[in-house]
Amino acid sequence: MFRTIKQIARVGIITETAKLSGATLKHYTTLQRDIYSVFGRALGVRHVDAGSCNGCELEIHALNNAYYNLEGLGIRFVASPRQADLLLVTGPVSRNMLAALHQTHDAMPEPKWVVAVGACGIDGGIFGRNYASAGGVDAVIPVDAWVPGCPPQPEAILEGILAALVKPNAHTG
Amino acid sequence: MKQSQTGISIQPLPGAAAVRYACVSATDLRKICEETGAAKGTLQSIWACDERDRDGGFRLWVALADSYGLLLLELPMTAENPEYPDVSDLFPAAVRLQRANRDLFGVRVNGGDYRPWLRHAAWPEDVFPLRRDHPADTVYPEEADRYPFVRVTGEGVHEIAVGPVHAGTIEPGHFRFSVVGEKVLRLEERLGYVHKGIEKRFESFAIFEGQRLAARVSGDTAVAFSWAYCMALEGLCGTLPNQRALWLRALLLERERLANHLGDLGALGNDAGFAMGLVQFSRLKEDLLRTNARIFGARYPMDAVLPGGVAVDLSNSGRRELLNALTPLENEIAVLQGIYADHSGLQDRFVGTGRITSALAVQLGLQGLAGRASGQAGDLRCDHPCAPYDQLGVRRVILTAGDVAARVAVRFAEAQESMRLCRLILEGLPSGELLVPLQEPAINRPGIGWVEGWRGPVMVFLQATSDGRIRRCHPHDPSWQNWPVLEHAIIGNIVPDFPLINKSFNLSYSGVDL
Ligand code: SF4
Repeated sequence: MFRTIKQIARVGIITETAKLSGATLKHYTTLQRDIYSVFGRALGVRHVDAGSCNGCELEIHALNNAYYNLEGLGIRFVASPRQADLLLVTGPVSRNMLAALHQTHDAMPEPKWVVAVGACGIDGGIFGRNYASAGGVDAVIPVDAWVPGCPPQPEAILEGILAALVKPNAHTG
Repeated sequence: MKQSQTGISIQPLPGAAAVRYACVSATDLRKICEETGAAKGTLQSIWACDERDRDGGFRLWVALADSYGLLLLELPMTAENPEYPDVSDLFPAAVRLQRANRDLFGVRVNGGDYRPWLRHAAWPEDVFPLRRDHPADTVYPEEADRYPFVRVTGEGVHEIAVGPVHAGTIEPGHFRFSVVGEKVLRLEERLGYVHKGIEKRFESFAIFEGQRLAARVSGDTAVAFSWAYCMALEGLCGTLPNQRALWLRALLLERERLANHLGDLGALGNDAGFAMGLVQFSRLKEDLLRTNARIFGARYPMDAVLPGGVAVDLSNSGRRELLNALTPLENEIAVLQGIYADHSGLQDRFVGTGRITSALAVQLGLQGLAGRASGQAGDLRCDHPCAPYDQLGVRRVILTAGDVAARVAVRFAEAQESMRLCRLILEGLPSGELLVPLQEPAINRPGIGWVEGWRGPVMVFLQATSDGRIRRCHPHDPSWQNWPVLEHAIIGNIVPDFPLINKSFNLSYSGVDL
């Protein structure tokens, strides 16, 4: 126990301010307050892998590490789509995941946002469209923001989440 | 070279991997499999090819691993009756591979498990998308998906169905538990959800660009798969990369192994209720990825391995930075290992949980790091070392307890060994060209790449067309072997321990769904 506490104390707080581009940076600084004023609680984010290579998942994991301190910004990953406000979808949508992706999206309460993560989420990426791949996420469900990259860096994913939330005509159903 | 009992002619294949090749009859195939199994050899992979455009038939390919390396067997089959002998009684991992062959090519064994594996509802039963005359982009209307799970009946038995979408940020798959109270009687996995036509997609790639797709077969194994792809291609071209390029590939591969072990060690702590472990290991992993970004230009250097060499170089200052970071990382991991060892709550969850005995590991063909936690010594870096591993003297890690604790201990030991290897590589890095030009690839024989990825051995089988494209590429991840073993690891354990047991294997979905 002593060693655990010593380790925690030695490492200290390593959270940084995310290095975001101009447009989203403005919202980043007021994000926690804005989320609270709209939702009265943290923003719930749910992830669905709709056919990815698992590369994008690694960077979503990274977004949850202490450097980015997502929860400190008022963004929380939740275990069920019913608790989620925003859906992160990775991968080209494999046709074997069509039903599950629809069900997950349907289970989310309104209003809801969708962010397609990675080159694959945009248009199928390197896998393209074929007998088994339906291509990009918006071929299947409406998408509010897209995050380029293969895989995108954690900050780009955060930027995508912010972009979806502040979009003027955000899709709400 | 001759195989003693069967009298079949066996030839070595050119390339960095130790591979022998033979064309066999169905009887001989079965006989060689029996002999190999009896001599403690293992099944590496089974796949099919459509050669009807060349000679009117199909092929079955079987790769067996024995003490000499890989034995590659090619069995011609007619188009009218593409049947081959079932070898799943010898190698249980064959079952799903054989089912996948049927879904994709319509080649089949006589008997056995006839349920589809990769085919869910996206194409009809009489359509075989990997046949050459099947266009890649034909899309069929969604079918009804009624998969016949095996039912366990008895007093008090009920089913728990989980997935394909799970609570965390992980890949999709379905798990069907049959339980009594909290105890698991049986687990049946159903995978294939992320099947996205990778093998078909390869056939639209220029052969000198296929490594990009290979790197994305399973994104956490990008270096291993792209290296295996390039090794196969370099074998076809009859060229070996320069030593410097090979040493840099090994540096990237060991860093990939390290990154995955750091991530999993943290997640294993978290799954056993020790969130601090996740926080600390995620920090170390993030540091490693940021160093990758600075030195190699990408947090995940997915496109660093190229046919003929590598796309990245290491300056003297970069070399020093990597070397300087090693000792602090070694110390950090040692501190955390001490904390894990002292934490009675963690040890209580780890020890004895999800045990695979050595005997069961042999029987089921458990591979890679999970195998090495259950007494299976296989490690390509030690058994059939290609450059630079032949000059590094990799120290094999092997434990026998076979439980979560053993798989955690193997990761700690292999992480330390990877750091030792990184140091050796950084200190001994030879000079030389990063890329050498490649000749035109041979079209009359296959190329094989075989690399010890962080989960275990990955293999790539590659054939070229005469106009510079990929004729056929089959990537094989060791998760094919290890997924069925996970079904055994959970038996007798309680359902809440499943995430922990599952994470201790951390198998690939994309790498087997393809
Ligand atoms: S965008 Fe790249 S990393 Fe993400 S799923 Fe696609 S191939 Fe993998």
